Amino acid sequence: MVVKRVVVGAHYGLASWLAQRVTAVVMALYSVILLVVFLRGAPLSYGVWKDLFAQGWMRVGTLLFAVSLAWHAWVGVRDILMDYARPDSLRFALQVITILVIAAYLGWTVQILWR
Amino acid sequence: MSSAAAKKPRPKYLSLTALLFEIRLPASAWVSGMHRISGALLFFPFVAWLLYLLDTSLASEQGFQHVKVDYLGSPLAKLGLIVFVWAYLHHFFAGIRFLLLDLNKGIDLVPARRSSYAVFAVSLALTAFIGWRLWS
Repeated sequence: MVVKRVVVGAHYGLASWLAQRVTAVVMALYSVILLVVFLRGAPLSYGVWKDLFAQGWMRVGTLLFAVSLAWHAWVGVRDILMDYARPDSLRFALQVITILVIAAYLGWTVQILWR
Repeated sequence: MSSAAAKKPRPKYLSLTALLFEIRLPASAWVSGMHRISGALLFFPFVAWLLYLLDTSLASEQGFQHVKVDYLGSPLAKLGLIVFVWAYLHHFFAGIRFLLLDLNKGIDLVPARRSSYAVFAVSLALTAFIGWRLWS
């Protein structure tokens, strides 16, 4: 059955919903790959740890994970704030803080990966 | 105004105590609620904590040893790690369940209920296993 309905609002809900799922898959794949690397690799020492993060694919992969996390977290935290944070002024303040925290996380990640 | 509407005030706002003690929520609701709580915890403080640990452990040999021996050896840090592991695993498995539900897989009552119990069982069992390995 085709349901005809009038879509109201800013129309980015579907894009956010889809982005949250795509980023989830990226993070899940990274998690599984990292787990396999750890389970198959040598016992963890500083040398092993440093060499792992010195490799290009690991740096780029971790950055992809971080960007996915940032996007995913923004959609998720925004959902939570829209449901619970009242009044609007408080929600707005918390949303601004969330964006700043996400930006700080991303900056810190880049700093760690390419120091 | 009809008499039914006069008797029951609408909308009815549910308090936290009502959700916890008066209403028996289905397992899928608990999976969903815990997915939210675990997601919020992962965003803050766990991302910040893990970035600090990654930063320190990669910075120098001393930093690595500090994180491995002094820091993660303490009971409080181990407790924090276990909460993180639970949050990550629950979020991971509940998320996979949601992805499958989005694809219309397991949306009938019985499989949906079963997969809810599976999410709790697998994430809690793995958390217990990893926690045991951390402590021994």
